[in-house]
Amino acid sequence: MFLALRELMFARGRFSLMGGVIALIAVLMVMLSGLSSGLVNDGVSGLKSMPVTAFAFDHGTKTDNAFSRSVIDDQQLTAWQGIQGVAAAEKMGVGMANATTGSGKQIDLTLFGVEPGSFLEPARSAGAPLGDKDGIVVSSTAKAEGIDLGTVVTLDRIGTKLKVVGFTEGQSTFGHVDVAYLPLKTWQLIASGQASPGAPNDAQLSALSFDTASVVAIQADPGATLDLAAGDAAAGTSSKSLSAAFNASPGYEAETMTLSMIQVFLYAICALVVGAFFTVWTIQRKHEISVLRAIGASTGYLLRDGLAQAAILLVGFTALGVAAGLGLGAAMPDAMPFALEAEPIAAATALTIGLGLMGAAVAVIRISRIDPLNALGGQR
Amino acid sequence: MTNPAPAAAAERRGDAPLAAGLSIRHAVMELGDGDTKVTALDEVNLDVAAGEFLAIVGPSGSGKSSLLAVAGALASPDSGTVSVNGQDLSRLSQGKRAAFRLANIGFVFQSGNLIPALTAADQLRLVNRLAGGPKSFDPATLLESVGMAHRAGNRPAELSGGERQRVGIARALVTGAKLLLVDEPTAALDRARSREVVELLARQSREHGVATVMVTHDHDVLGYCDSVAEMVDGRLGAPAPVR
Repeated sequence: MFLALRELMFARGRFSLMGGVIALIAVLMVMLSGLSSGLVNDGVSGLKSMPVTAFAFDHGTKTDNAFSRSVIDDQQLTAWQGIQGVAAAEKMGVGMANATTGSGKQIDLTLFGVEPGSFLEPARSAGAPLGDKDGIVVSSTAKAEGIDLGTVVTLDRIGTKLKVVGFTEGQSTFGHVDVAYLPLKTWQLIASGQASPGAPNDAQLSALSFDTASVVAIQADPGATLDLAAGDAAAGTSSKSLSAAFNASPGYEAETMTLSMIQVFLYAICALVVGAFFTVWTIQRKHEISVLRAIGASTGYLLRDGLAQAAILLVGFTALGVAAGLGLGAAMPDAMPFALEAEPIAAATALTIGLGLMGAAVAVIRISRIDPLNALGGQR
Repeated sequence: MTNPAPAAAAERRGDAPLAAGLSIRHAVMELGDGDTKVTALDEVNLDVAAGEFLAIVGPSGSGKSSLLAVAGALASPDSGTVSVNGQDLSRLSQGKRAAFRLANIGFVFQSGNLIPALTAADQLRLVNRLAGGPKSFDPATLLESVGMAHRAGNRPAELSGGERQRVGIARALVTGAKLLLVDEPTAALDRARSREVVELLARQSREHGVATVMVTHDHDVLGYCDSVAEMVDGRLGAPAPVR
């Protein structure tokens, strides 16, 4: 690296320009990664936090928005409970609702109807567990909307009143809307359309002849692999593993695919730009390299030197860009779905450096084709 | 200058290569093909012993550069042999030839051909590192011997043409090579600088016992050489001693 380091210093103007491009690519990459994680959290954090292995939808339900579209009954639930390797299976209701708080603030909620005390009951950061007929546990992010313990929200149009009794641990959103967990019975009352204005009462609930829900949530025995196809055949459902079920949440696939495509382009641009720079740089050094080869420098030494130079440039300026990106990300407004997560950022950094190095390698390999004979005779 | 039959020259010098220095026997090399085919080397025989300073003159395209390329293990003749310090270069692989050049042959190119990014001292350090030389290597001694100690920290762009050639000569001597191949060292220099540079080459070759072959157009500097040979159309004349 004797020569590599001295050349980096000597041509620092040119290398800084290239480094600037690499750093900006890294900033953009951190931003996209943050936005991507943020959107995923906003879209499916409510599902991610559930101790669920798979969801079973009614057979033939369209994937898009399947959670609120699917309808399952007790027979399908019982069938799933009997499948080998299933530790627990519960009905779960999913629906979207517009609501108004006592102070007139309009909010949107995703209603997750779950059996109180079941494995679907969310972990809480504050308040009481589910149990009261009108008690809901909402995402802790709803606090930003002015929701507090004891706040009563009224569902628009049907006028059902629900009271906030607890907050989930961390963010729990679905389709970019805060989740409100409520007892399955209450959810069924709301979904049936038979609810009347005011808080749900025993008379209403016992009169209710509506026992369907949206999906069967399935938890597998620890270490067991579920045979989803066998369960589907027995229950007449189409099941998806938890992560596959993300695609069934509103807009999830469209958002993640758009961002993935931008990221793929960014990586391709990085590899090409770095490759183009080192191609020009190697051509500029052609005469000098032919002199070194004539003197007797081995091809291996020159290749290692050239690659080390590219590696120093890439690692240095990518680190700079990632640091700047993290700083910028921390300053993002709350309204923007943005989450800086170590794992995707580390993976993206490694990809940027790796693909940049590949681009540089394709350029630097030219060194091996430069003829030492060019050193003899006049300049060029 | 006379141009005796190559066979006669070889006969006179004997066929065994020199143990120290450069020996070329019956070297033939053709460049290009078809209509553009040129005989660059035509039965060339040459011996340059350690400590001897030979100049090769001749018109452009007469094969001087091909002779340097072949002598320096940068190219192989189509037939014939090239030996440096008794080692037959034609038997070496590409990689071995590079290693051989590094350890045994010093090159001085036109206008120095130094690496732009390196200071004068670093030019020498790089070659020492390439050759796996001692860590304790101190470029100051060699730079001193070419009168460039005071410019050790300067890059080529900050040096004059003559100064670059001096650094180039010092660089060629780093590994203790016993064969120095010099390509038009005065092409970019004025008369006074040209004389200084060639005088330096003559002194280094004498003091270090180096066989030196210099290709030049510059008849002005031939007085510093031990002998001069003329090359015409790929044929090398017998070296004539310079008085």
